[in-house]
Amino acid sequence: MLGSIYAMVGVAMTLSIGILRFLNFSIPALFMIGGMVTWALVHAGVPWPVAALAALAAGAAVALIVEAFTWRWMRGAGPFVPLVSSMAFLILFEHLAVAHWGSDLQTMPQLFGAGADWRVGNLVVSIPQLAGLAISVVMVAALSLALKRTQMGRALRTIAEDADTALLLGVDVGRIVPLVFLISGVFAALAGILFALNYRQVDPYMGEALGLKGISAMVVGGMGNVWGAIAGGMIIGLVEVLSIDFFGADFVDITVYGLLLLILIVRPTGLFGGAEIGVRA
Amino acid sequence: MSGYAEGVLVLLAINVVLAYGAFLPVAAGQLNLGVAGFAAIGGYASAYLSARTATPVLVAIPLGGIAAGVVALAVAVPVLRTRGIYLALATFALGELVRATILNLEVVGGAAGYPVPAYIGLPVIAGFAVAVVVLVGLLFATRFGIAITAVHDDERVADLMGLDVRAFQIAAFVFGSVIAGIGGGLYAHHFNYIEAQYFNISMSISIVLYVLFGGTQSVVGPLLGATVFTLLPELLRASAQWRYVLFAAIVIVAMVVRPQGLVTAALVRRLLGLAQDFSLRGRERPA
Repeated sequence: MLGSIYAMVGVAMTLSIGILRFLNFSIPALFMIGGMVTWALVHAGVPWPVAALAALAAGAAVALIVEAFTWRWMRGAGPFVPLVSSMAFLILFEHLAVAHWGSDLQTMPQLFGAGADWRVGNLVVSIPQLAGLAISVVMVAALSLALKRTQMGRALRTIAEDADTALLLGVDVGRIVPLVFLISGVFAALAGILFALNYRQVDPYMGEALGLKGISAMVVGGMGNVWGAIAGGMIIGLVEVLSIDFFGADFVDITVYGLLLLILIVRPTGLFGGAEIGVRA
Repeated sequence: MSGYAEGVLVLLAINVVLAYGAFLPVAAGQLNLGVAGFAAIGGYASAYLSARTATPVLVAIPLGGIAAGVVALAVAVPVLRTRGIYLALATFALGELVRATILNLEVVGGAAGYPVPAYIGLPVIAGFAVAVVVLVGLLFATRFGIAITAVHDDERVADLMGLDVRAFQIAAFVFGSVIAGIGGGLYAHHFNYIEAQYFNISMSISIVLYVLFGGTQSVVGPLLGATVFTLLPELLRASAQWRYVLFAAIVIVAMVVRPQGLVTAALVRRLLGLAQDFSLRGRERPA
């Protein structure tokens, strides 16, 4: 199930890479903000659906702030500059969260009673987890459809192919780019919210521990390939479970990052090919 | 010198060494997001050598750097077949892989950390830092430096001029990793204790931020960046979290205001030009 969380973060990263050619390191921070804000509001007595919506809004707002400081001012600057600013944002938000909430692991109250588990024979399926998986699949399907069919999707694919040509053809690049940040911010924050609701444990470093696995999901699936990121997330989740079974919990990071490095060396375009958003969405 | 001042200077010297480790690949247009991983390899390898095999510290630390360089070479050669962001991603993966591996490596203490008996003080560390700055400075005064700058500015044109772009990128990356490994060795032998969790992605990112803040167009940039970010928090005496918040905020604002970093090639030329003007004027003056 963790796979669907990685997949959503992976989709957020892959959108940014596929359309803007920008490795957005602030996405793990948005994941953390989604989780931490949900916890803070639920902890303060806000009903969880309201808390989740507020966290989503916070994620979207922060994504736009990041856009303003990494992308809007930077056109024409060196290729690493937006990447560097987004890494600075990761550090900024992480330590703001530590300063505000402390670095301890925080536990969410039990939101769904035992009735939320669905028993099929020996198999216990938690309904919130299932709902989370369903939400992420629906969101990605909607995104994929929007990229293919709508006017906005066409504009985004044009930018993915060539931003300058897109501008010449009358695409309002300045208005569309914040949208990319907004969509990827919503995906990352939603992943954080689903994580907080399902696993009920959040901390300011969750972005580093979990959000960065989204990068692995993105690379495994092929950068810029939305459905590839979903498959990549599932593969990473599966690899984690298998390596816990075979080698024990301590080896999880070794197998995941080892796999990432191996794929980058053997097949840098990912398992499903680097289907750029512009070419085949 | 007070113990406090000495501690700050040691930190400064180590940060300067690590910053030059990150600077070399950036100067060739590639990003190393695993500086901490290479520092960890150098730190652990040199610590193991000096603790177990009685290798003198001054030999063990460069050997640790070479160990980091060998790993860098093994990664860079296959990954740099492709252009773009792949080396940055591979170094990120490598950094995390190194950290996770050391955590499970019982020979060097695993998660409990690894005690290092041999000790080096400020003079030795400062000596290494000065040597690294001078060496990189000399390196950039040669054809190698010009070639690296050409590769950074335009890969295609550099290729047309007959430069082996890939070889220069690999060389810059491997040299940088050797320097980062030496930085790790210095850290290990000064603090007499290392643990894998210290060498995390935050450390890698911070060092890259020092370099890009200082500027990548001249060899003075990393020195300035590392100095500012080591001394500024000490002067402000902020708490640990606010230190990071402030650091990140400064970088974000600096990237908006001056995306090419504090020290640019044009600035260096202007300063050198000024110096030349003064010396000329001095000569014209009648005796």
